[in-house]
Amino acid sequence: MDAVIDNLPTFLSAFGGTLQLLALSGIGALVLGVIIAAMRISPVASLRAFATVYTEVLRNTPLTLALFFCATLLPYLQFNPGYFPLAVIGLTAYTSPFVAEAVRSGINGVPIGQAEAARSIGLPFGQVLLVIVLPQAVRMVIPPLINVLIALTKNTSVAGAFFVFELFAAGRTLANARGDAVIPILLGVAFFYLLVTVPLGLIAGRIEKKVAVLR
Amino acid sequence: MTISVLYDAPGPVARRRSAMTSVVGAVILIALTAWLISTLAAERTTAAGAVLPGLFDSSRWDIFADPVVWQSLGRGALNTLAMAAVAAVLALAIGVLFSFGRTARSRWIRFPVAVLLEFFRGMPVLLMMLFVLLVFSTGTYWAGVTALAVYNGAIIGEALRAGIRSLPAGQREAGLAIGLHPIRTRLIIEFPQAFRQMLPIIIAQLVVLLKDTSLAYIVGYSELLRTGQNLTNFFGNRYNFSFFFIVLAMYLVMNLILSWVARIVSRRTASRTRPAVVDATVTGPTGGRATAGKGSATPD
Repeated sequence: MDAVIDNLPTFLSAFGGTLQLLALSGIGALVLGVIIAAMRISPVASLRAFATVYTEVLRNTPLTLALFFCATLLPYLQFNPGYFPLAVIGLTAYTSPFVAEAVRSGINGVPIGQAEAARSIGLPFGQVLLVIVLPQAVRMVIPPLINVLIALTKNTSVAGAFFVFELFAAGRTLANARGDAVIPILLGVAFFYLLVTVPLGLIAGRIEKKVAVLR
Repeated sequence: MTISVLYDAPGPVARRRSAMTSVVGAVILIALTAWLISTLAAERTTAAGAVLPGLFDSSRWDIFADPVVWQSLGRGALNTLAMAAVAAVLALAIGVLFSFGRTARSRWIRFPVAVLLEFFRGMPVLLMMLFVLLVFSTGTYWAGVTALAVYNGAIIGEALRAGIRSLPAGQREAGLAIGLHPIRTRLIIEFPQAFRQMLPIIIAQLVVLLKDTSLAYIVGYSELLRTGQNLTNFFGNRYNFSFFFIVLAMYLVMNLILSWVARIVSRRTASRTRPAVVDATVTGPTGGRATAGKGSATPD
C-alpha cells in the first residue's frame, strides 16, 4: 500500500495523461465517426462504398496494429509530431468506425412509421430529419456511444505500450522498480481505470433504461 | 428504417444529379488513393541524406519469395490462433460460471459476483495480462490466455444472464413444476435457450477476443505481430512496411472470416427466434461491455 501512496504524484500525472488521451481521441473519434456515418447513409454511392470499406477494415484491425503503425511506421515516413499525437491519431482512427456504427444503427433504429408520418403531414426532408428522426436517434445512440467511450478508456492503455506516458506505462515502470509491491501498484492502476469506466457504465445503464421505458 | 422513406422517389433530374455526385466523389476518392500510393511509392531522402527506396520497390518485397519467411509467419499466426482458441473455450466456461453466480438465489453469492464482474469489465485487458504475468509469473502465453478468458468470460456471462432473463418465466416454472431441481432446470431448460438467443453476441465477442490476442504482443508473446517484428529485426528495417502489411492482411483475413460467420449465425437465429438481436457483428473497440439488455447488441 505504501508503494501506491509514495508514488501518488506519478499515478495522478499518469491519470492525467490517460484522461488527455481519452478526451482528445474521444472528440476526434466522435467527429470522424459522425462524418463516416453520414457518408454511410448518404445517397451518393461512392461515398457509401468508401465508408463501408473504411469501417470494415478498421473494425477488423487489432488496436495493437493500428497503434504500432502510428508509433513506428509513420515516423519512418518522416511524419513525426511526437508519440502523444501519434497515439491520439491511432486511437481516433481505430474508434471512429465504432462511433459510426453506433450512430448509424441509432438512425436505423427509429421506427419507419415515424418518418412516414412526418412525410405524410408534408414535412420536407430537412425537417423530417431534424425534427422527427434525429431527436429520437440521438437518444438511442447515447448508450452505445458511452459504451464506445468506455472501451476507448480501456484502449488508451495500449498507447502506454507505445511510448506514451499514461496509467499503464506508469504502472509497468513502477511495478518493475518495486518488485515487492507489484500487486498494490497494479491494483492502484486498475482503480484509476475503474474510476472512469464504472461511472460511465452506470450512466449508460440509466439512460438505456429511460429510453427503454419511453419506447 | 430504410432511408428511401426520407425523401421522394428521385425523378430523372435528381437521379442524374446523384449519379453525377457519385461519379465526382468516386473520382476524388480515386485521386486521393492514387496520391497516397504514389507518395508511398516515391523515394525519400532522410535527414542524414540516405535515399530510401519507395514502398513498392521490389527490394522491399524480395524476401517473400522465400518459403521460410512464410513458414515463420504461419507459425506466428498459429500462435495467435492457439491463444485465441484456448482463451475462447475458457471464456465460455467462465461465462457460464459467472452467469450462474450472477443469477444465484442467495444474495451472498450474487452480490460479490456482480462486483467481480464490474471489476473485470472495467479494466483494460492489457493491465490484466501484465498482472497475471508479473504476479503469477505464468509465462506470456498463459498470461494472455488467462486475461483474455477472464475478461471475455465476464462479458459473455453478462450476455448469458441477459439471455436467461429475457426468457418467459413460464419456462423455469414448467421445469420446476415437473419436479426438476432448480439447477437442472437452469441447465437443461433455460440455458440452451439463452445460449441460442445470445449466440450472435457471443460470437461477436469471440471476434473481439481474436483481435485482442494481439495485445499479447506487448507482454512479449510471439504471436503474429511479434513474429513480423522479429522478422523485420532479422532481415533489416527495409522490410518493416512489407511485414506490417502482410501481418495486417493476415489479421484482416482471420477476423473477416470470423465476422462473416457471426453475421450468418445472427441472421439464422434472428429468423428463427423473434428479431431480438439487431446487428451482433458490430464488434467494438477491443472488447467493452456487452450490456445485452433486451436483445440490443452493444457495439463492443
